[in-house]
Amino acid sequence: MAVGKEIRTQIGSIKNTQKITSAMQLVAASKMRKAQERMGATRPYADRILEVIGHLAYANPEYNHLYLDEREVKRVGYIVVSTDRGLCGGLNANLFKKVVAELGAHHGNGVEVDLAVIGSKALGFFRSFGGNVVATAGQVGDQPTVADLIGSVKVMMDAYEEGKIDRLYVVYNHFVNTMTQKPTVQQLLPLPKDQQDDLSANMGTHWDYIYEPDAREVLDALLVRYVESLVYQSVVENLACEQAARMVAMKAATDNAGQLISDLELVYNKARQAAITQEISEIVGGAAAL
Amino acid sequence: MAHTMKCKVVSAEQALYEGEVQMVIASGDLGDLGITPGHAPLITSLKPGPVRLVFENGEDELFFVSGGFLEVIPSQITILADTAERAENLDEAAALHAQEEAKRLLNEQQSEFEYSRAAVELAEAVARLRVIEQLRQRRA
Repeated sequence: MAVGKEIRTQIGSIKNTQKITSAMQLVAASKMRKAQERMGATRPYADRILEVIGHLAYANPEYNHLYLDEREVKRVGYIVVSTDRGLCGGLNANLFKKVVAELGAHHGNGVEVDLAVIGSKALGFFRSFGGNVVATAGQVGDQPTVADLIGSVKVMMDAYEEGKIDRLYVVYNHFVNTMTQKPTVQQLLPLPKDQQDDLSANMGTHWDYIYEPDAREVLDALLVRYVESLVYQSVVENLACEQAARMVAMKAATDNAGQLISDLELVYNKARQAAITQEISEIVGGAAAL
Repeated sequence: MAHTMKCKVVSAEQALYEGEVQMVIASGDLGDLGITPGHAPLITSLKPGPVRLVFENGEDELFFVSGGFLEVIPSQITILADTAERAENLDEAAALHAQEEAKRLLNEQQSEFEYSRAAVELAEAVARLRVIEQLRQRRA
């Protein structure tokens, strides 16, 4: 029964793997709920800031901030938001494919690209793929804080202010629902035109604020905060995507393990039955020979 | 005139409070502010420090903000904090430790950048301790 024993050990090891994947699935499910809540909690901040910026821009039309100004594109910056850990299906691979396509398009137009990467997976990918990585932030964990990200965001914003890059994008996974995550490229700087139009559209009132210390300073600081909050939002959203993708991937793995186990059990039972039948026919044959 | 106004306290990471208040007291860049219903529209940046909300029934709650903005529009106040915490959640030991740490960094200043960062950290730690002190005084 050597064959039978081998199959038994194989079934045992698959069962162990199944236990791990199903535990990971449950953990991912509960983490996903938390991440989704966090996603909702970050929204009011960015919305309020956008409203205030809209009002300020409306009240001070003569002041054209650097962040609102389109200029000729010679070099662009990307902030790539990825996960820290793997085992989440094609989430990162799809995102990188999107980035690589964008890079190719820019390369074709003779536009150079700077990258800031968030998450160790992106760092690993661009280290082997190549690409000009100017800033990184890794190991942000399950509860990222703005402080964790500010460094790499600031590098890009400074580059924009100094004119080293003419556009800044953020690439992250958009959380559509548990089953679907969509790699998304969003333009951060200059603020996209339609967003600017939205801003001025909902500003019908004709009063102005009292500013302390002064309108421009407040507007400058608010725009910086706004961009930071957008990046933070995309990191939080990507986190929710990571957990959702991991949950789905682990569910598939658990199901597959179940399928494998039932297949192997069938083979094992057949082999056992064959051995018994053979033994009986040998005994019967032996008895008949006597 | 209404005796209360809507107030929201939000940070980039979470929404901390939303509801009716009678008065908001915060430390603005140019000095402390007390805002009651009917205040003129105003935007100011905030220094690290306490924000006190006084509710309809006279009770109040303290928050700590590490900087941010305060916006007043008719009938509504919004506090956009960089980071905000409820005062009860502040940890005195951690704040003291942060203060010591910042002072130490200031003393062995290595570069311009690190100096300014340590100065910011020190200001935050001191503001945190201020909030804790206020909270304790009210309890006493």
